[in-house]
Parts: sequence; structure tokens; C-alpha cells
Amino acid sequence: MSKTNFTRRRVLKSGAVAGAALATPTIFTASSVAAFTNEPTGSTVTFGFNVPQTGPYADEGADELRAYELAVEHLNGGGDGGMLSTFSSNALEGTGILGKEVNFVTGDTQTKSDAARASAKSMIEKDGAIMITGGSSSGVAIAVQGLCQEAGVIFMAGLTHSNDTTGKDKKANGFRHFFNGYMSGAALAPVLANRYGTDRKAYHLTADYTWGWTQQESIAASTEAMGWETVNDVRTPLAETDFSAYIAPVLNSGADVLVLNHYGGNMVNSLTNAVQFGLREASANGKNFEIVVPLYSRLMAQGAGANVAGILGSTNWHWTLDRPGTAEFVQSFGQKYGRPPSQAAHTTYCQTILYADAAQRAGSFNPCAIAEALEDFEFSGLGNGDVLYRGADHQCFKDVLVVQGKENPENEFDLLEVVEVTPAAQVTYEPDHPMFAGGSLGECNPGA
Amino acid sequence: MTSPGNGLIKAATTPLILVVIVGLLLAFIPLNELILQLLNGLDKGSAYALIALGLTLIFGTLGVVNFAHGALFMIGSFCAVTLSRILSLSYEVIDPERKDFLGNPLKVDVPYVEKWFGEATGAAIIDWAVPLAILFAIPVMIAVGFIMERGLIKHFYKRPHADQILVTFGLAIVLQEIIKALYGANPIPTPAPEVFKGSFDFGVWMGFDANKILYPYWRIVYFLFSAAIIGAVFAFLRFTTFGMVVRAGMADRETVGLLGINIDKRFTMMFGIAAAVAGLAGVMYTPINSPNYHMGMDFLVLSFVVVVVGGMGSLPGAVLAGFMLGILQSFASMNIFKDIIPGIDQIIIYVVAIIILLTRPRGLMGRKGVMEE
Repeated sequence: MSKTNFTRRRVLKSGAVAGAALATPTIFTASSVAAFTNEPTGSTVTFGFNVPQTGPYADEGADELRAYELAVEHLNGGGDGGMLSTFSSNALEGTGILGKEVNFVTGDTQTKSDAARASAKSMIEKDGAIMITGGSSSGVAIAVQGLCQEAGVIFMAGLTHSNDTTGKDKKANGFRHFFNGYMSGAALAPVLANRYGTDRKAYHLTADYTWGWTQQESIAASTEAMGWETVNDVRTPLAETDFSAYIAPVLNSGADVLVLNHYGGNMVNSLTNAVQFGLREASANGKNFEIVVPLYSRLMAQGAGANVAGILGSTNWHWTLDRPGTAEFVQSFGQKYGRPPSQAAHTTYCQTILYADAAQRAGSFNPCAIAEALEDFEFSGLGNGDVLYRGADHQCFKDVLVVQGKENPENEFDLLEVVEVTPAAQVTYEPDHPMFAGGSLGECNPGA
Repeated sequence: MTSPGNGLIKAATTPLILVVIVGLLLAFIPLNELILQLLNGLDKGSAYALIALGLTLIFGTLGVVNFAHGALFMIGSFCAVTLSRILSLSYEVIDPERKDFLGNPLKVDVPYVEKWFGEATGAAIIDWAVPLAILFAIPVMIAVGFIMERGLIKHFYKRPHADQILVTFGLAIVLQEIIKALYGANPIPTPAPEVFKGSFDFGVWMGFDANKILYPYWRIVYFLFSAAIIGAVFAFLRFTTFGMVVRAGMADRETVGLLGINIDKRFTMMFGIAAAVAGLAGVMYTPINSPNYHMGMDFLVLSFVVVVVGGMGSLPGAVLAGFMLGILQSFASMNIFKDIIPGIDQIIIYVVAIIILLTRPRGLMGRKGVMEE
């Protein structure tokens, strides 16, 4: 009779170890022999472009994808090179990154955090993406940023404007080129005071998620500091399509300004409803009733059509801005797609180039080396003038544009005009500002 | 044993509750705000009632629980988009005087209708694309309804309601994905004619100050259109021979069949009419909210609640419940209520549905025996 080694205790121990191994997310074990997650070993390196291809921000997502594809083309030496020719860093030569050709995979976030995380996870685990980028919703960006931190890849945020992205939810593996709610408020408030006076009563309609909350907080704080009163802040669901029930009570609220803390499809519908309900022609408290759209985009203006005429807001970048890089980017994007790029396209193109440049300068795809190369990096020539990628919170600081809907557009893209370029110094805040407090970057995670 | 007095108290309860509710509303909310929300509610209710009417028509005639009905509403809306695009078909003319965003001579799109009918008439035809789409949508929707009924749904008449729900829900998803593939995922702004832009000042008309009750012209048009369609459907069923046969068939299908009348054929035609009603509701809704591929699903669940609250199979019940729930939802969205119960505007319809179904299991005007086997 043969003797077996399987005692009850041993079976239990083996089972526990095997169970623990199976329970460990594959994201942390997939490349255990590599120095970092998805270390590229062949002749290519893969980026993951995670954008909303459906839902209220689908327009922005489509333009982001166009910009990503253009950036990849330029990195691999195709096309006219776009802003690579004006970028102050000369590390990239149009030969890929560190001699590797850039590939990409795409995903649809559906503007839902769970779908976006699932999509990013698949790109990291199945496609071997070394970097994830994309956005158009701060809720999604924050969720994916958290996932990238756990997985050990870099997240180059796309369009995300919530203070929280580089505030309480900031992460060492996450970087944001786009501006935020605080900066919009700081840039917009002086122009509003100058245009509409300091004795105003504002009624806010706010998209009910992290971006809406922090933008509303920022705009209310900035406008109250110059004398405005906030009479109400009504939260609206992100999935809302008909804002009539929210617009109808505004004229009877005692307010003389409506602030629409909405973006994308939400903004198109709420602004259209507000104009349909006659708010543009109305008066209150002896003044003309005014509407303000704190975060503007050209795509949104296209959707809202003539309703945007004369309405003030802020933007991260605009295709008519007279800054080195802008003309080259507009030419490059315009020739390829027959339309000027949106601010979403601009910021995602910049993020892709900035990641590639950081890897090239660092001489490695290791997320920690790239993070080090990006922190406190000063650059220019990407269409915004002089920019600082602040190391303390991974937020870019640059001039902020105040724009206004054009009364008489010359063509279908000529919808916004820049009325003020607010210097970066005027919108810069300390990393521990109360609106950004409550979180920490933590440590860079290389994964693997 | 109940005394005659109990019946009187019971009969007086509902009006009494209504009087108390209206009194409380008037005590705390200015009259102009109440009127504004009432208008808003009638508007929401119009959409709910039209979709629920079609649903009930199909259920009452064919006994089918049609979960693809929201998709018919969506297809109607995309009929307006399609006609708008057809009317806007253009050829390019280069205008050397103007530049595009790249500094090249501007290519200007000139619609063919402007070339054929003159600039002013052509522009007016394009401007009126949505109302004109009514004429376009009626045959399209009847055809879609006919194909849907003959091609798929007729095979499920004798199957359990659960099977019908599954197959029509699947069909709704297929139709939704076809629209997404053809038109993309983004909403497509499709405006009302220029003459209907802006708002009517009900306040001045009713003796209030200016700007107190502003309401968009197109929403008033939508309400009036809905009322006309609902009236037409009821008149059709009430005063035409065809309608009378259909009503008789709804009451007793077998007996009508024994009289030698091909009731199945008439019911199939009613499916087409119900599809057209949903489609027209979609056409006229287009300027209110830009059409998108999931707009049918957004309305579907609410419309089923409306049908159930109104009473399965009851046409007046569907209309009554549609308007009642639309108005309730509109009032619930007022800040005074949301401050007390956050999110009340999102749940009010379901809360009311629960209360009504607990107290009146057949809904407001439901018939005995319907969905009770």
C-alpha cells in the first residue's frame, strides 16, 4: 500500500494558497517577470484610448479619437508633424517612441464609470496598453485614474474639468493637461463683473456629479467674492434630456443670471430649453436676464446653434488663438478631418505628445520614470503658450480663455470668439487650497 | 354591512383630497408658478398619453404587450430627421469672397430645393421640415407597423405575455441599433419652424406682469397636436363603422368573427394606426429634444407605468393617466418639493403607481378580466 503525503492540514493549506493566487486580480500578475506593467518587449508600444463613443459626451469622444489618431500618426513620422514642429522639447523625432512604433486600441466609456473601468481594464490586461488616456466626464476620469494607479500604468487624463481630478482624487500615476473649475471661476468672474455689474443674483443648474459640484462651488465662490448672490443651486441628473421643468421656475426665483453648470449634450439641451423659455429676452430686477456657460466648447456651441450668441464662458483652448502651435495643429487636423479641432481634441493630442516626450526624455516606459519626467516640466509650443506641469498635484497651469458666443459667425465653425486671455498667474492656486484638499498623490506604482 | 352614509363619504373623499392638495399648493406656491408647471405637465403628459394610447390600442386589440412601442416613437422622430436631411440635400458652390477656417475659398452648400423653388421658397420648405414630416411619417409608420405585425408579432399572439415582452423588447433593441448604425450615437438637433421659436407670454394674457409665465410656442403646438390626435383616434373608434367593429372585436373577438367579419385584418390595421400615432408623437417631439437612438427606451418604461396606472386595455385610462402623471412629475420638480424630498421628481411616478395599484389593482379605468387570467 502506498503512502500518500496529502494530510488534511496540507490540503487546506494548499487550497488556501491556490485560492489566494486565483483571487489576485490578473492585472497585478499578468507580467510578473517584467519590471513594470505591460513593459513593451517587441517593436511596438500600445496606447489605450478610452473615450465616450455613445451617451451625452459622444461628440467630444469622437473628436478626441480623431486627435489621438492624428497624434499617433505624427509620433510615427506620418502626416505633417503637427505641433511636433513647434513643441519646445525636441526629444521626439517622428520615429515612434524609443525606437518603437506606436499602436493603439480604443474603448467606449459610455460616460459610465463602470463601463469605462471595464474598458480600461481590458485594454491593460488583454491588449497590453502601456498608457491609458481619454475622458469627457470627470466621474469617469477619476474612476479610470484610480484603476490605472492600481494597475501601474500612467493615466493621461483627457477632458476632465472637476477640481477633484487633481484635488482630493489625485493620483501619482495620473496627469491632467486640461484646466479645472477653479480656473474657470477665477478667469470668468472679473469679466462677468465688468460686463454685468457686481450686483447680480445667480441661479445655478448643476449636473449632479463630481464635475458639476466642483464647478458650481468654484463659480459661486468666485462670483460671490465680487458681490454676486447665489440664490439657488439645483442639481440635475446627467441622463436628463428635457430641462424644461428646471428652467421654468428660474424667472420666478428672483435671479437675474442663470449659470448652466452643464456640458456636452446636457448643455445643448439646457441652453436650448432656456432660450425656448424666453430667458434671453426677459428682464429681472430691472436688468437684462443673462445666461452664463462656465465651461464652453465649440462642439457644444455647434449643437446649440444660434442659442449661444452673446453668452460668456471659459475654455481651455480655441482654434483661433494666436499662439505658437495652434495654426500648425489646426492646419494638420483640418486637412485630415475637414474641420478645426475642438478643445477636447487639442488637450488629448497634447497629452499623447506629452506622454511620448516624457518617455523619450526618460529613456524608459517605466511609469515612475515617466512621472518624474513630467513633474514640474515646463514647455511651450503646444498652442497654449508657456505651460507648467506642476509636480505637487500633476495639474497643468497655463493661460485661461474667456470666450463668447459669436453674434454673426462667418462659417459653421466660427462660433466662439476669445474676449479675454487670463494670465496663468491669475488662475494659479496653492496645492493645498481648500477646494483641492483632502487627498494625496501617494506613491508612483510601476505595477508588475 | 355598509350604511348609505359610508358610500357618500367614499364618493366625497377623492374630490376632498384634491381640494386640500390644491389649497395647500396655492397657500405656499405663487399662482404663476403653478400655472407654469401645469403647462409643463400637460406637455410631458401629451407625450406620455400619445405613446400609452398606442400601447393600449395594441394591447386592447391584439392582446400583445408591445415593448417595441418606444422604438416606434423613435422611428417617428427619425422620420423628421430624414426628411430634414432630404430637403437639405445640397451641391457645393465656391464663394471666392469668403474663406473657410483654413483660409481657403469657402465652399458653400446650396440646397437643391432652393435651386428648384427659389431661395425664399426653398428656405421656407427646409424650415418647415418637421411639420412636413407628418405627411412623410404616416405612410412610413403604417408600413413599419404592418411589417412588424405580419413579420413577427402575429406568431406570438397565442404565446404567454412573457414571450411577447421578450420578443418585442429584442425587436426594440434591434431597431435601436439599426438607427444608431444609420444615424450615429449623437443627438441630431432638428429645429421647429422659425415662426414657432420663442415664447408666448401667458402672464400678460392672463393679467399677470410680463415675464411671469413664459411658455415656448412649439410646446403649445405639441400639446394642441397631441389633443387633436387623441381626439381623432377616439372619434375614429366611436363614429366610424370600422371603429365600431374594432371596439366590438375588443369586447368579444369570437362573436364578431362568427358574424363573418375578418377581425384579424382590422386588428392588423389597428396595429398600423397605433404605430402611426407613436410615430407622429415622435415627429412633433423632435424640436423639443434632439432625437437620439435611445429616446424610445427613455419613454418606454414610463409609458408602461402610464398604461398600468390607467388600466390595461383602457384607452381613456391611458390618456387620463398620461396627463395626470405628467402633471404630477412636473409639480414634483419644483424646488419647494425637492428641498423637502430630494429626487422626488425622479420617483413620483412610481410612488403614485404603487399607491394607485394598491388601492385600485386594475388601475384607474381598467376593465375586469384584462391581464387577470
